[in-house]
Amino acid sequence: MAGPSLMDSFFQRSLDDLIKGIRLCLPGGEAAFIAKSVDEIRREIKSTDSQTKATALQKLTYLHSLHWVDMSWAAFPAVELSSSSVHSHKRLALLSASLSFNPTTDVILLLTHQLRKDFSSSNPHDVSLALSTLSSISTLDLSRDLTPELFILLNSSKNFVKKKAIAAILRVFEQYPEAVRVCFKRIVENLESSDMGVLSAAVGLFCELTVREPRSYLPLAPEFYKILLDSRNNWVLIKVLKIFAKLAPLEPRLAKRIVEPICEHLRRTGSKSLAFECVNTIVTSLSEHEPAVKLAIMKIQEFLLENDPNLKYLGLQALAVVAAKHSWAVLENKEVVIKSLDDVDVNIKLESLQLVMAMVSEDNLAEICKVLISYALKSEPEFCNEILGSILSTCSRNFYEVIVDFDWYVSLLGEMSRIPHCQKGDDIETQLIDIGMRVKDVRLELVHVARGLLIDPALLGNPFIHNVLSAAAWLSGEYVEFSRNLLELMESLLQPRTCLLPSPIRAVYIQSAFKVLTFGVYSFLSTGDDASYPSELTDFVLKEDFQESSETVTSAPISGADLSNGLNPRSSHPSAGNGEDPVIAHEQTSSASSKKQQLTQKSVMDLVNLVEVNLGPLAGSHEVEIQERASNILGMIGMIKPRIHSSMDESEGDRIKRELRASGMMKLMFDAFSEELGPVSVSAQERVPIPEGLVLKESLSDIEAICDHIKLPISSSFSLVRSHSLNNATTIHEHPSKEEYEPSSESTSLLAEHRKRHGIYYLSSENKVMISDDYPPALELKDQAIDEAEDLVKLTKQSLDLRKKRNQAKPRPVVVKLDDGEGAHIVVKKPQLKDDLISGAVREVLLGNEAASSSSNKAIKKREKNELNIDRPESNITMTSTVASEPGNASSRHKLRISGKEKKRSSSGKEKKEHDHKHNQKSDRIHAKHKSRQRADGTLNVAAQSPVIPDFLL
Amino acid sequence: MGIRFILMVNKQGQTRLAQYYEYLTLEERRALEGEIVRKCLARTEQQCSFVEHRNYKIVYRRYASLFFLVGVDNEENELAILEFIHLLVETMDRHFGNVCELDVMFHLEKAHFMLEEMVMNGCIVETSKANILSPIQLMDKAS
Repeated sequence: MAGPSLMDSFFQRSLDDLIKGIRLCLPGGEAAFIAKSVDEIRREIKSTDSQTKATALQKLTYLHSLHWVDMSWAAFPAVELSSSSVHSHKRLALLSASLSFNPTTDVILLLTHQLRKDFSSSNPHDVSLALSTLSSISTLDLSRDLTPELFILLNSSKNFVKKKAIAAILRVFEQYPEAVRVCFKRIVENLESSDMGVLSAAVGLFCELTVREPRSYLPLAPEFYKILLDSRNNWVLIKVLKIFAKLAPLEPRLAKRIVEPICEHLRRTGSKSLAFECVNTIVTSLSEHEPAVKLAIMKIQEFLLENDPNLKYLGLQALAVVAAKHSWAVLENKEVVIKSLDDVDVNIKLESLQLVMAMVSEDNLAEICKVLISYALKSEPEFCNEILGSILSTCSRNFYEVIVDFDWYVSLLGEMSRIPHCQKGDDIETQLIDIGMRVKDVRLELVHVARGLLIDPALLGNPFIHNVLSAAAWLSGEYVEFSRNLLELMESLLQPRTCLLPSPIRAVYIQSAFKVLTFGVYSFLSTGDDASYPSELTDFVLKEDFQESSETVTSAPISGADLSNGLNPRSSHPSAGNGEDPVIAHEQTSSASSKKQQLTQKSVMDLVNLVEVNLGPLAGSHEVEIQERASNILGMIGMIKPRIHSSMDESEGDRIKRELRASGMMKLMFDAFSEELGPVSVSAQERVPIPEGLVLKESLSDIEAICDHIKLPISSSFSLVRSHSLNNATTIHEHPSKEEYEPSSESTSLLAEHRKRHGIYYLSSENKVMISDDYPPALELKDQAIDEAEDLVKLTKQSLDLRKKRNQAKPRPVVVKLDDGEGAHIVVKKPQLKDDLISGAVREVLLGNEAASSSSNKAIKKREKNELNIDRPESNITMTSTVASEPGNASSRHKLRISGKEKKRSSSGKEKKEHDHKHNQKSDRIHAKHKSRQRADGTLNVAAQSPVIPDFLL
Repeated sequence: MGIRFILMVNKQGQTRLAQYYEYLTLEERRALEGEIVRKCLARTEQQCSFVEHRNYKIVYRRYASLFFLVGVDNEENELAILEFIHLLVETMDRHFGNVCELDVMFHLEKAHFMLEEMVMNGCIVETSKANILSPIQLMDKAS
């Protein structure tokens, strides 16, 4: 390793040389040049000459900042240089530190002394430099060690220094919440400062703090109010408005008080940014105050009509906020909004799309969708999909709340998937199936739409809608009784181009073919002798339809028109025209059955042959899913084919007997497929009673060792068990139906082995069965189930009925919400869960402070530190809550504490989850304490509400 | 934290200044800068100056060959940030005299010092050009 030589110092490249060098690099040569320079720097930076070292550091900082060169190895030279007596070197070193140090840089601690020295320097620029550095690199240790110095600086006679100290302290608070106790009062005093810089810094600091946890700062409202009235500095006013936007919702009297001054600013100001902030404050936090809102909307209109895309965008955004409470505001500006769908700017288009969706109601849905689809057709792919996405999400919102005419919606879904740019296959797939399961009445139309998709070979070439095709195939199989032409359906399911499909979807196709075949053969057999089959098939209204069509199939390829002409017994017989009266229609079939029989038989044979020919090769497929399903069908064909065949030429008695035998088997197959699938609530699992003697809350720590590679979801300690029994549930409910969960033998043996080793964590096999048997119906809440499967069916029906009713009469029955905790779960709960964690953190710190044990505080901080990387706001809130408990005198602390708890009470609905979460980390003892405290608050709370703001303001 | 980062980028998409107010690893920065530059530079003059990206709002403005991009959180006032960018440009203009990309390149430290005066912890603390520039002028005098 060559040390730095004198020569190096002589011929050291300056930063300018480096920059020029980089600029002269040929394209592609830059990386090599930079690597070479870094090598040079590595040598130079070891130099004893501080000028050489400084230049090296300067170059490295440049490369780090603009060319992403790692410089963590050069942290120490930066610390060294920071104590240089040459101001420019010091400056350079500290800049380098603040640009490159990160929370894990270990030499940060070595800076403590130097910073402390600089804080007490007589040169304000040294102090300012040290403060800037502190504000960007401070860690817990640094913050703790330097808090006393900061406290002194907050009282500095030089406003320049004071301003910086206030601005720097936010970072210190974040890292070391205890500092709040020391410094808070001095900062509050500065809210009355006459120096603009100091005031601006203080207001900025409070703005940050308030955004994180507003309630704690309500007592400072009078100070902020004064600034709102007196200040003429727009920067400061904007910050104060932001503070009030957070405070006003907490205290209606405060809102009443500030509304007039804010309107005044809005009327008076010529500054767009201030006006915009006023509008924002009004629409977000003062939306109860009608005149103010009107004023704000007028201002928004001004924005919208101006030719500035910025104002237009912000105007639309503000309008979207208003829309929630004052939908008239959007309707009033309807034209601008719709016109903006055609804007040159995608961002503006997106905003207006959102607003258009906000206007949607039952009455105008079809109309709006029509307009949107036409925009989608002419838009570029990205925006087209935005449009489709928002149509899909709006229409499916709250279980298709806005949709009255499902037939229309289903065909819209079909239409959407044919839009060339459509990439929303996943969503359309989900909705098609979901609607199929939930809305019984629309199944006929669904099958019709599915047919349209399946018979079009061109669609198979578009990978984006493969999922839609999967849904279509599934629907045609599941609701095959609504199909008019089985042979056609079968042909489309087995068409050669299906080889373009990914194998899981192809497997769905094959499975659907299976169902179609089963249906076809079974209905053929069961009509042979109606009396001997009190079959469910007679319930299927469209049975005759099938026969009719399969009959025609044999003579000529069918089109829909053929079906509706005289060949169809339904249309020839008015009373059966709608398929409403199966008996009559049936009679007709029977009367003609002797003649038809042979034809039908032929068509069934065609069907069977078609399947056999097409699936034969697939029995050798490399894809297990495909191979297995194909083999299944072929196996069945092998069994039934001879019988159908032979039934043709044998004597009557024999025929019936054989048929009976064959269709006995067919009946089994048919029954397996005909069980109705209903929607299952996501929360169903939670309603499973925990079996006696199952300990969920203990020994979970050992389990981590077992599933070390599997990351447990943090949301609750039940997760493991839940997923476990969920598997049981799936096997029981879904397996018999269709989407296979292939029980791979390999994993079973692994499972068995795992089970052998860690038996205690498994439910005993009896238990296992019991659990699944006890599994209460997904949609059930009140009645205790006797037989869950039956109940499930019943409830599904019930919920479907409700939905059906809703189609005619709007009001949505309450019960639906019950079974549909699911939607809310996914959409709404998620953000709340996070809030929950935050307020949990707040509580934790509050408790920690009261216990006054510094060790527990440390623990919190440690956690906070861990979180810092992942989720900033969370840790910040932790800090703020300490602010809440800070102010020295006991009474205000008391008050603030209570306010923090109110929040807790309000979120107590989610408390349970929170607690579960805690179980992972905290002992039960604390938990109990927590709870009792919470109970105690209930009583305190009433008195605490009112005196938060001193009366003189109100 | 209002402002999360400030970037200056030239027309070719090369970063000319990068100041972050929250810690991101080098890889994250590199990726973020790449994504943002791709998004913003593709936009035309007729489009608005705001882009949402990840959990940031990017407020940007173009001056000659240099783009100024400021990443802010959701609470921030976009128009105020535009004014801030303008103030930054005016301040640099006053110091360098008709500031251009080269000035920022060769005086990166000074640009950082100006920002240091204007913004701390992501909060705007100083908006007077004279106040912002006085320490830098002192520094120039000293050297």
